[in-house]
Amino acid sequence: MSARFDRTFAKAAADHRPVLVTYIMGGDPDFDTSLSIMKALPSAGADIIELGMPFSDPMADGPAIQLAGQRALRGGQTLEKTLELARQFRKTDTDTPIVMMGYYNPIYIYGVDRFLENALVAGIDGLIVVDLPPEMDDELCLPALKKGISFIRLATPTTDGRRLPKVLENTSGFVYYVSMNGITGSALPEPALVGGAVARIKEHTNLPVCVGFGVKTAEHARAIGASADGVVVGTVIINQVASSLTEDGQATGATVPGVEALVRGLSAGVRAARLAAAE
Amino acid sequence: MNQTPLPNSFRSGPDEDGRFGIFGGRFVAETLMPLILELEAEWEKAKTDPAFKAELEHLNTHYTGRPSPLYFAERLTEELGGAKIYFKRDELNHTGSHKINNCLGQILLAKRMGKTRIIAETGAGQHGVATATVAARFGLPCVVYMGATDVERQSPNVFRMKLLGAEVRPVTAGHGTLKDAMNEALRDWVTNVDDTYYLIGTAAGPHPYPEMVRDFQAVIGRETREQMLAMEGRLPDMLIAAVGGGSNAIGLFHPFLDDASVKIVGVEAGGKGLDGEEHCASLTAGSPGVLHGNRTYLLQDKDGQIKEGHSISAGLDYPGIGPEHSWLKDAGRVEYVPIMDHEALEAFQLLTRLEGIIPALEPSHALAEVIKRAPTMDKDQIIVMNLCGRGDKDIFTVGKLLGMGL
Repeated sequence: MSARFDRTFAKAAADHRPVLVTYIMGGDPDFDTSLSIMKALPSAGADIIELGMPFSDPMADGPAIQLAGQRALRGGQTLEKTLELARQFRKTDTDTPIVMMGYYNPIYIYGVDRFLENALVAGIDGLIVVDLPPEMDDELCLPALKKGISFIRLATPTTDGRRLPKVLENTSGFVYYVSMNGITGSALPEPALVGGAVARIKEHTNLPVCVGFGVKTAEHARAIGASADGVVVGTVIINQVASSLTEDGQATGATVPGVEALVRGLSAGVRAARLAAAE
Repeated sequence: MNQTPLPNSFRSGPDEDGRFGIFGGRFVAETLMPLILELEAEWEKAKTDPAFKAELEHLNTHYTGRPSPLYFAERLTEELGGAKIYFKRDELNHTGSHKINNCLGQILLAKRMGKTRIIAETGAGQHGVATATVAARFGLPCVVYMGATDVERQSPNVFRMKLLGAEVRPVTAGHGTLKDAMNEALRDWVTNVDDTYYLIGTAAGPHPYPEMVRDFQAVIGRETREQMLAMEGRLPDMLIAAVGGGSNAIGLFHPFLDDASVKIVGVEAGGKGLDGEEHCASLTAGSPGVLHGNRTYLLQDKDGQIKEGHSISAGLDYPGIGPEHSWLKDAGRVEYVPIMDHEALEAFQLLTRLEGIIPALEPSHALAEVIKRAPTMDKDQIIVMNLCGRGDKDIFTVGKLLGMGL
């Protein structure tokens, strides 16, 4: 069911490096630019793409991702159009796993069955839905697994040893370890602490563990990547998009190349991770 | 939408997963999940602990001033010429509204849990003031999130909170109203999980909040029941209360839900009318969705994006509603109706002149429904309305609308 994930992690492992997971907000600042950014990610070094589904009330996100969602919604982005981004992307890339990430309500209103069917057709590999903890697995997680779409769970520092098995139970694809209590875009935690947390999760699962929240530079990516199977980068990419826009939020010639250059740098960071760790 | 058969009792919810039929639940980020489970465990212990109950009752009596009177509004009854009208006078509580009932209960719980910092969201500022009050009373630091728009239109309450020692953080995200303040409070909680207690102001949010807030507010309905039996020797024919998030209403309604002879009406903010976008009638004009930890009726577009509501009253300005109300609507036990801004404003003025009571704009909505219903009822019938807040905070808003500069 998660063949693309397995291939991606296996390939990176063979190269002795963690994978780079990049988050972009679907439709930010507009559909076409967002599609161009998405298409540029793999060649810049991204191994997995998290495709954000904009929501009016993103309760677990910091200001950068909140604003990106607002830009996308102002630009007319809908869940249907975010699925369309994936469909278009898959026409030229059949290898890079795509994870749709967001909040439950737009999916609930779209209709869970219809969403899963269309996601499957669009080539979606996994889902991260922030406000669906294991206690709510009947809503979307179990139906998604039945369809062959992975449900990627967030584990956090508050997820203690007692709770971890419950969180991991229906998780597939990979585990996303949120490195701190807080919202997206906060400060980077101590890499040593992250390493301990990753080791703790790995006692309970054979799935790869990717770490996110707070990774902003190639150096962070390298430090975190020394202990994790993957490094997730989101806010810094969103900030790069935002800084390239005109005052009224329109894309410029610098928008796509700016993200490409940034991701290339982050990719160099993760590629250096294990080399540095081995020294 | 109702997928549940009618229950034997309307008072048995929620189930162990925090659901009222399809509504309620625990739709929160994993970071918060352990906290919510911890809160639920502590709440389960507290609600059967005689010491907890005794301490809360003591505070209700000596700090809040409970029981609040059940007042026969003689002149209003005469004016409307129909059913006898009684007010449950929770506007006479310390801090001027029903919000204190819930705040005292929750801060005792926070203390039991060893939490050392209190956060809250507020719309009109009534809950913010009540939270700042109990935080001062128990010596805990308090941060109140309030939409920037509300900070501006409710400046007296902002000043009150500051006097009480709370920090008021204006929220500029979104449209700067209650829903944005709640988002920001949740972000704070996710960041400060170890020491912080989130004191939610209405009977909404993830389980166990809807049940817990309801139980703290149900003192309103329990007292009403006793007082009515003492005064009239029977139960009322109708209960009417305003619903924003729905805490004062569920507090009045809950002890009466299994009394089939009591008709129950919840009044939503119809704003400038349900045809347009400027209202807050989640139950009469919304649809079920998931926001702020629970499934409930919401104002939303066809893509599941949450809309901003509008009401003359900042306290009703929320695009959702407590999940138990959603369930009671679908089950048909409670009737929910909208009242427009201008109707509430007229009711506000009528009560002020006829009874010498300045009501808040929130219960003015309930009052406008009383004004519609009472004349159609017999003189031996009885309506109880929850007068859940006083109008001092609203005089600037009303003055502006009536063209009087203050």
